[in-house]
Amino acid sequence: MSGPSLMDSLFQRSLEDLIKGLRQQLIGEQAFISKSLEEIRKEIKSTDLSTKSTALLKLSYLSNLHFQDMSFAAFPALEVLSSPRFSHKKIAYHAISLSFHDSTPVLLLITNHLRKDLNSTNEFEVSLSLQCLSRIANVDLARDLTPEVFALLSSNKLYVRKRAVAVVLRVFEKYPDSVRVCFKRLVENLENSDPQVLSAVVGVFSELACKDARSYLPLAPEFYKILVDSKNNWISIKVLKIFSKLAPLEPRLAKRVVEPICDLMRDTGAKSLLFECIRTVVTSLSEYESAVRLAVGKVREFLEDEDPNLKYLGLQALRIVAEKHLWAVSENKEVVIKSLSDADPNIKVESLRLVMAMVSEHNVSEISRVLVNYAIKSDPVFCNEILGSILSTCSRNLYEIIVDFDWYVSLLGEMSRIPHCQMGDEIENQLIDIGLRVKDVRPELVRVARDLLIDPALLGNSFLHGVLSAAAWASGEYVEFSRNPLELMEALLQPRTSLLPPPIRAIYIQSAFKVLVFCLHTCFMRGKSIAPSASLDNLPAGVSASASYESFDDFSVENGADAAVVHGQTCASAPITKESIVNILNLVEFALGPLLGSHDVEVQERARNLLGFVDLTKPEILTSSIHGKRDSEGKRVETSKIIKLMHDAFSKELGPVSLSAQGKVSLPDGLVLKENLGDLEMVCGDIEPPSSNSFSFGSPFEEEKDGLSFSNLQIKEDNEQSNESTSLLAAHRKRHGLYYLSSGKSEMISNDYPPANDHMSQGDINDNADDLVKLTAESLIPKRKPKHGKPRPVVVKLDEVDEKPVAMKQPESRDDSLSGAVRDVLFGSEDIPPTSSQSNLSNSSKRKGKEKQHTYPHIESKESAAGDGNSSSRRRKDRSQGKERRRRSPRKNDEERKDADQKEKKKSSGRHKSRQRAEEPLKVPAQTPVIPDFLL
Amino acid sequence: MIKAVMVMNTQGKTRLAKFYEYLPVEKQQELIRGVFAVLCSRAENVSNFIDAESIFGLDSRLVYKHFATLYFVFVFDSSENELAVLDLIQVFVETLDRCFKNVCELDVVFNYSKVHTILDVMIFGGQVVETSSSEIMKAVEEISKLEAASNSIALIPKSASGWRSR
Repeated sequence: MSGPSLMDSLFQRSLEDLIKGLRQQLIGEQAFISKSLEEIRKEIKSTDLSTKSTALLKLSYLSNLHFQDMSFAAFPALEVLSSPRFSHKKIAYHAISLSFHDSTPVLLLITNHLRKDLNSTNEFEVSLSLQCLSRIANVDLARDLTPEVFALLSSNKLYVRKRAVAVVLRVFEKYPDSVRVCFKRLVENLENSDPQVLSAVVGVFSELACKDARSYLPLAPEFYKILVDSKNNWISIKVLKIFSKLAPLEPRLAKRVVEPICDLMRDTGAKSLLFECIRTVVTSLSEYESAVRLAVGKVREFLEDEDPNLKYLGLQALRIVAEKHLWAVSENKEVVIKSLSDADPNIKVESLRLVMAMVSEHNVSEISRVLVNYAIKSDPVFCNEILGSILSTCSRNLYEIIVDFDWYVSLLGEMSRIPHCQMGDEIENQLIDIGLRVKDVRPELVRVARDLLIDPALLGNSFLHGVLSAAAWASGEYVEFSRNPLELMEALLQPRTSLLPPPIRAIYIQSAFKVLVFCLHTCFMRGKSIAPSASLDNLPAGVSASASYESFDDFSVENGADAAVVHGQTCASAPITKESIVNILNLVEFALGPLLGSHDVEVQERARNLLGFVDLTKPEILTSSIHGKRDSEGKRVETSKIIKLMHDAFSKELGPVSLSAQGKVSLPDGLVLKENLGDLEMVCGDIEPPSSNSFSFGSPFEEEKDGLSFSNLQIKEDNEQSNESTSLLAAHRKRHGLYYLSSGKSEMISNDYPPANDHMSQGDINDNADDLVKLTAESLIPKRKPKHGKPRPVVVKLDEVDEKPVAMKQPESRDDSLSGAVRDVLFGSEDIPPTSSQSNLSNSSKRKGKEKQHTYPHIESKESAAGDGNSSSRRRKDRSQGKERRRRSPRKNDEERKDADQKEKKKSSGRHKSRQRAEEPLKVPAQTPVIPDFLL
Repeated sequence: MIKAVMVMNTQGKTRLAKFYEYLPVEKQQELIRGVFAVLCSRAENVSNFIDAESIFGLDSRLVYKHFATLYFVFVFDSSENELAVLDLIQVFVETLDRCFKNVCELDVVFNYSKVHTILDVMIFGGQVVETSSSEIMKAVEEISKLEAASNSIALIPKSASGWRSR
């Protein structure tokens, strides 16, 4: 722990040596850095300030560009800071700016160093200190150095003055009470003729206005003057930023500024200023039609420009316009659509957003068609960007723009087949969601699902597994709409399903179970209707839903025969016959046999369930097919009862469950929910919960099939892809149906859906952009007449679930201490104790700020009484100090005196002038206080 | 408000990093890597913007310019104008060019302090205070003179050095 010797200092590596050394290290850079850090740690303890500062500089370098920690050098940095030499100071300030933060322990020690340098006569030392303050100021520093900053605000060195103006932003933010001291001088600087100072002040105000614009409305006249007079683009841009915040707050102000902004837009040659004008008009002045028209015209120039930056910004501006003026997009739709194939990803994404902004329920199908075609040709990233935005746009607010769900479901199927598609999860969710919510779409959903399932190529694409699981689930759940269940069965059991991850495979098996039960049921019921001895009429009461399916059963079986002709090669026998059933049972045994030993419990469990069911039914089906019907009549009844039981279990409809469903269940008497059940576990730890009771369906077969039916129910609910709580709620609903409100059941009503239209004869779409433009051109014309002859199907909605949480965008900042302080200063205040006292905590000022807001109308009236005499001075022609003095209320004088006893007298003229103007709006009636009359 | 200025070469090596709010060095490194990952995937002759919200959080924008082997990256929020910041990058690079006579990456590498000085004259606490290349040059030269002077007069008493630096 010995300090470096003189030799060390003499042969100390400079920063340049360090950099050269680093550049020579091709591989061992990290080792070299560690070695250098060792050296630095030693050197930085040196008593020689030159050695110390060089070490500090090297450390800053390593921290800045090689991300080494330099917190250990906080105190040495302060030591270097105390050096009288400028070069040392500069190094120290640089190191401090890099490494200090609010919890740096030695932060307290820096105040006096900063103060000393702020009072320096050297402008560069002052600005180093200011720069440091702008980066590290905390409450204490801001408070302690406020007087120095205040003094510098009127420094006669421009270099210092503009930096003092800029540092005010940080000081205000950290210590709002400093507003009372500095604000007037800040406002005075708005009148400064030097563009650099003006630019800094306007910059500060544009930052302040971002946080709470309303407080700065009284300064609108100054800003207006700058807007009209400024010849400096930087300043104009910043002033426009301010006005885009102020204009929405005060319609009269908007009216006043719209003309100058339009003039700027017409005259300026600078693209940056032009763009700022456009942005201001489209964001804040969008109700001024002529201004918007002008802006959109300029946007068009941007869009047609060669420069991709302008094109990009033009599209951005267009997107802002689109919220209120969709015509602007329609006018430029050629460019927008062409931009979809631009080389620049930014531009493509931006134009995609614009295209999506144009989507309505009248053109959603055409636009989606165009976009899907683009997606097919695009690179993977943009392709998924497109698909993602189609999915999110179409599903917005529960598919509110979708009228033809058949079309949408088939679009989902089509999208999942696009080679680059990685949106499988979203498509999966939507397929299931639509299946649950929209009853009328289910036949088409099953058709789409079937098309996906029978394509063995899709099984190899891991991005599609989610979609496939949704397809499998849908085809099992809604198998009664299937044209050819046997074909589905084969698809679900095809060998390539081994490529699926186990959870999805389990869904496949479970769906196969449902399909099989359906096939058997159909077959046996038909047999029964031939053989009248069957007891069709003692169905349990609970399965009324299945009764309505009977008609579908016939329908689908008939169609199955037709389908067999078409798909003859894929399915062995389409109409459900004894032979086909036997084939299917064999297929099940063949396909699932190996899975009995699967390592995945879910797959194994479900395979066992299905095989168990096959074992139960198969022998009797076989015998009944070999022997005559009469012989096995008794056994057939047994089997059909089993099948019916399973069928009934599966045919219960599952609907979406409201998140708040549980809350609607009233608590039964005598049930204590909050009771500690810890000791209960001990009591009945070894008692098996009698699970079968809870799912009893009163079936006579309960004894023998108890476990099976229970697990099936359970599995079926899991299958819903809904989360665990949902399925639990569903189970609960089954048991306590009468406690539930009927809202969730609305999908049970009305099934008078006309037969599906042949969806969208979309025609062939050529690939070239011109045709696409033409196509969208048509689609963009709003079609008032309904395109579809059928009404929009019912979409089941659950109250709370579907409500979008409304983002609370109400800015809180209006009550914060900074705004309070600004208001105090701008709106006039009477009782402010001087801020020079350090005990004045910011929270007290906050309270005061609020009080002030409540009381100022009262102050106003006095104010106006005092000011009536010289209303002519509103035009602020008269700047004489004497009048100012008369205008000010005595109360104000007190405050001023206390407030600024350190201020020089000569300053007061200018200060009061701005003050006066700030006060003038107070003569306007209380509720619209802030806009000066002369603006109107 | 400008949030950060970075210069990195086409290999992803950082040549300059300036964050106007305190960030731990690990976070700085992560951000710079994030930016570079996007930058190096972009073609020439495309726009100079990157979606920065995924890297820097809400209300952040990013413009960059590619000169020879260096990327100049400015990150800022909605109170700056994109095209103006693009001009600002131009000013920065022009100033470097004037300062080093045909600036190349090596100049930036070996003149760590000077590059920071130039940037500090232009941007103060996240706010642009100087946009004229010649004004920046003037200030930078004076600062350099002052540094050199304060180094050469090590043996002169403090009062005198104060006089010299005035």
